[in-house]
Amino acid sequence: MCLAVPGKVTRIWRSDDSLMADVDFGGVLKEVCLEFVPDLQVGEYTIVHVGFALQRLDEESALETLALFAQMGELDLEFGDPWERAASEAGLPVDVVSKTEVRP
Amino acid sequence: MRYLDEFNDPQLAGRLVEEIHATATRQWSIMEVCGGQTHSIIRHGIDQLISDQVELIHGPGCPVCVTPLELIDKALEIASRPGVIFCSFGDMLRVPGSESDLFRVKSAGGDVRVVYSPLDALKIAVENPDREVVFFGIGFETTAPPNAMTVYQAARRGVTNFSMLVSHVLVPPAIEAIMSAPNCRVEGFLAAGHVCSVMGTDQYPSLVERFGVPIVVTGFEPLDILEGIRRTVHQLEKGEAHLENAYGRAVPTEGNPAARKLLDEVFEVTDRGWRGIGTIPLSGWRLAPRYRQFDAEHRYDVGAIRPEESTVCRSGEVLQGHIKPHECEAFGGACTPRNPLGATMVSSEGACAAYYLYRRLGHQPRAHEVSGRV
Amino acid sequence: MSDTAVDPAIWSCPLPLRDSPTVVMGHGGGGQLSAELVEHLFLPAFADGTAPALADSAVVTLGGARIAFSTDTYVVRPLFFPGGSIAELAVNGTINDLACSGATPAFLSCGFILEEGTELAVVGRVADAMGAAARAAGVRIVTGDTKVVDAGHGDQVYVNTAGIGLVPPGVDIRPDRAAVGDVVIVSGEIGVHGIAIMSVREGLGFGSQIVTDSAPLHGLVAAMLAVTPDLHALRDPTRGGLATTLNEIAGAAKVGVRMVEADVPVPSDVRNACALLGLDPFYVANEGKLVAFVPPEHAEAVLAAMRAHPLGAQAAVIGECVAEHPGMVVARTTFGATRVVDTPLGEQLPRIC
Repeated sequence: MCLAVPGKVTRIWRSDDSLMADVDFGGVLKEVCLEFVPDLQVGEYTIVHVGFALQRLDEESALETLALFAQMGELDLEFGDPWERAASEAGLPVDVVSKTEVRP
Repeated sequence: MRYLDEFNDPQLAGRLVEEIHATATRQWSIMEVCGGQTHSIIRHGIDQLISDQVELIHGPGCPVCVTPLELIDKALEIASRPGVIFCSFGDMLRVPGSESDLFRVKSAGGDVRVVYSPLDALKIAVENPDREVVFFGIGFETTAPPNAMTVYQAARRGVTNFSMLVSHVLVPPAIEAIMSAPNCRVEGFLAAGHVCSVMGTDQYPSLVERFGVPIVVTGFEPLDILEGIRRTVHQLEKGEAHLENAYGRAVPTEGNPAARKLLDEVFEVTDRGWRGIGTIPLSGWRLAPRYRQFDAEHRYDVGAIRPEESTVCRSGEVLQGHIKPHECEAFGGACTPRNPLGATMVSSEGACAAYYLYRRLGHQPRAHEVSGRV
Repeated sequence: MSDTAVDPAIWSCPLPLRDSPTVVMGHGGGGQLSAELVEHLFLPAFADGTAPALADSAVVTLGGARIAFSTDTYVVRPLFFPGGSIAELAVNGTINDLACSGATPAFLSCGFILEEGTELAVVGRVADAMGAAARAAGVRIVTGDTKVVDAGHGDQVYVNTAGIGLVPPGVDIRPDRAAVGDVVIVSGEIGVHGIAIMSVREGLGFGSQIVTDSAPLHGLVAAMLAVTPDLHALRDPTRGGLATTLNEIAGAAKVGVRMVEADVPVPSDVRNACALLGLDPFYVANEGKLVAFVPPEHAEAVLAAMRAHPLGAQAAVIGECVAEHPGMVVARTTFGATRVVDTPLGEQLPRIC
């Protein structure tokens, strides 16, 4: 029930019934009803479900999330405890591994 | 495409997968509520990447699977009437009713049309004033505002030959019903991101508190789903349970107030039957009394519908995660995608159809999957 | 034998109706129902003691010559769509069926079934476009027929084309010749034709620059045969898309096909249109494209020859034939997991879920 796709507003106009926008989905243009996100501006991104804009896409939040993903793995390599990781990968609860025993 | 490609990056996905591997000390059972999420999981094979850490239970968040049989039969009856143009989303065309489905109705001469948006159905009504146009208004909270707006516009324009057969269902009562069931195995939920784009997140803290399970608002792209799972696993490992929003870019806490306002105007809450599960109180929407003339159930007297579900089909138990598809006696024999007994074998994100594909590849269920462990 | 026209306004019926006494849309769908209609109704009726050929075109021997012979009927709606019309499909479709047997297409027939009341200008447009397509392909339309049916008994214009061409010696291209170890090559980007049609379909219309990829492929096939006559299987992935074609050949040859999703070329706007409608590009119809199953020792050279040809510039290796999971197509997803790419029961539908 949730196939909603992000697109960029390229033109805003009014039909007889409602506020509409031409939304660009990476080269594919579709008419979209803007009544639920009426303050959307040209150039902004929105998610579209069955021909309706449902929410503005928050760029800052998106970038934060992507940055978080990008940092993953790197932080672990630098600061993570490889013995905890090894234990957990072996299916052992972490506190079973005695760190004083196995750490060189 | 921006906001899509970045969240499909295989390299970043790899890191999220590693994180989940590193964090989990045992296998957890997590339910994703939305059919769209199920589709993404199966399509990309996400569940395979973390199968030792997470058992993903595919929830009832698929309108194809849960639209009540009685309503499907009503839809088929109306669609068969001469003079009616019956419009529907593509998803519903193959769902089996008691004896038929919309495709067969079409082959018998019914005017059945697939549309992308309910507004297209209204347009067909305006362009065909001598025909009766009926739109099959199914879906969760994500689809309800578009359907509501269509009825609202029909009313404002004074369109008299348009009506909607409404069967909206709501996510929070479904979560409640699942968690209240005695043999519930679900330990955490991925809440449906786009539902929350509309409704906001304020319906979930009470569920978290009542059932003590983490609920993470999750998107639909592979990275979004992995992130939702990652956060859920983190909470479970720490013995915590709270609401988190992992889909902030599309879900503000308040959702979409303009949409909610229109929903209050056009719809009212009602009890709803969920196919395979039964009636869940106050779990759906129907058209409010002032829009009754647009309600196809009132407009068409469909007479006595006697829905006959297959006695063998156990999709309800599959939908709630009580059994796995292959544990049903009919699976792969009497019930296949070609001969579906229930909706979960028809829908592309139905758990049974998905399982059927992998079973053919020789996917052997793991020991814990058949032992019926906690 | 298969109807390669894409008719987006008529969705095929996917459910098995062995006990249905009437024809349903699925029988024309090119999928499982069509196959059953052929196998259980037509083949027994036509049986003459010889083994039936089930490829898109038949290779027969006449007067010592090996001739490929194919027929196809086109019922596409709308008649005219971005980049082409029923005309190009009718000419190129039959040419391509012949080319996929390794033949050099030479002559076509065409039969028209015209609906009473259709504007002659429309028929004229179709005829002109057919002539142009045939001339461009170097193929002659040498005979034809026209019938008219009552208004309401046809969709303006139905076209049947049949074609013949000579198969060079040493060439034996059949679906069941695909073998373990074969390299699977696609001649270019997929999903184009189906999306071009969708973009003008009522209820789904969207704006894009996507035009049909309908094209005659016999020149490309000739370039491939110049490298080696021993191509095993060729097919143009029309209705049902790449997935259907791979499954058909895997099933006919009883081999497994293993493919890598990320290696399948899909134009970004096709991908985005598919995302919008909830479609999988692997199931979207193509026209001027082919899939080749090539013995591994020749694969590199064949690929190079394809890329040197204008219609194969974006040719790519997408997989290989394996002994495991015979008859099944399995893809490695972009995330390293596996998914079974099944034959669709019927036409893929846009979804909201």
